Amino acid sequence: MHLRGANGAGKSSLLEVLAGLRRPAAGVLRRNPDPLPLHWVGHRNALNPHLSAVENLRFWCEFNGQAVQRVAPALDRLALPAGARRRAVRTLSAGQKRRTALARLVLAPRPLWLLDEPLDGLDVDGIATFAGLLSEHLKGGGIAVVTSHQALPKDLPAVREWTLQR
Amino acid sequence: MSAMLAIFRRELLLAMRARTEWLMPPFFFIVVVTLFGLGTEPNDPKLAAFAPAILWVAALLSTLLTLERLFRADLEDGTLEQLCLGATPLAVVALAKLLGHWALTGLPLVLLAAPLAVGLGVTSASVPTLVAGLALGTPCISLIGGFVAALTVGLPRGGLLLPALVLPLITPALIFGTGAVRAAQQGLDAGAPLYFLAAILVLSLTLIPWIASAALRNAFD
Repeated sequence: MHLRGANGAGKSSLLEVLAGLRRPAAGVLRRNPDPLPLHWVGHRNALNPHLSAVENLRFWCEFNGQAVQRVAPALDRLALPAGARRRAVRTLSAGQKRRTALARLVLAPRPLWLLDEPLDGLDVDGIATFAGLLSEHLKGGGIAVVTSHQALPKDLPAVREWTLQR
Repeated sequence: MSAMLAIFRRELLLAMRARTEWLMPPFFFIVVVTLFGLGTEPNDPKLAAFAPAILWVAALLSTLLTLERLFRADLEDGTLEQLCLGATPLAVVALAKLLGHWALTGLPLVLLAAPLAVGLGVTSASVPTLVAGLALGTPCISLIGGFVAALTVGLPRGGLLLPALVLPLITPALIFGTGAVRAAQQGLDAGAPLYFLAAILVLSLTLIPWIASAALRNAFD
């Protein structure tokens, strides 16, 4: 599902409500008692600026009980240059930070992805890499709710576009 | 358990990267205590009488220095969102963060307290009581302060509010901690105030991670 809408239309807020990060201001939200495991990539990258890309992802592996050996393949998949992997995240470009944040999607397969402006900061190659990742996820039966001002790549399967209005 | 260890390890790694931030509390502690010593007459017996209060207040203020950033950095970079959505209960996350804070801030103060206390004229027989009191009291400061830090993490000027809320809440620990050393200095049994401190610690350890986790969830609303 591709959520679109003007600035302030509530795309990010809706995504946060869906993730369970915030309560809806009005209306009723019914939760599945057995919710799907989800990946969340918000506006902020969830990367500590003092740690390197590898150290950040290692932490998330350890926190989620996953093997830390998955970090290198995940960064390979997102094509983060080798020279950028061991540098403090604060020294990376916006696109490199975004690639590192998106690498979390590869660390562990989860059926639901909630992605808030995932293309922010990505260059043409980065967008193509992300499109490949999303396409694989959807073809594998996964669900993704994506907010983006940019059009999503056209070859993605079964994309529904919703526009939020104020 | 692995999630708790992961957070604890991350806190230690971050402390190594941002050394200045974590060296500030022990440095502040030493400077404040030393200034009291320098500000009074040499061998003034009043200094030994006031030493427990000086050491406890200095430890309290030193611990407050790093409390504001305890959850705020994670909120700002988006880590807190991921921690909230993880399979590990947020209370466990909060507990790991608070224990990490104590290990990096409170524990060095406990270790520094003994030589500083001797410097202020505290009798060597009273020093173990002082150290025991701080060993029980500094985790209380981290836990109670961490709860307030969680409560104010989403507020734009939470840092100003933090000491105003923490100081009254930590007063009982301060009273029992200094009371224990005073009792030891007078040759009385210091057991009772130390037991009260232990009770505050157990209560804080049991309740505060849960309350702090609820406060952290509210940071997004």
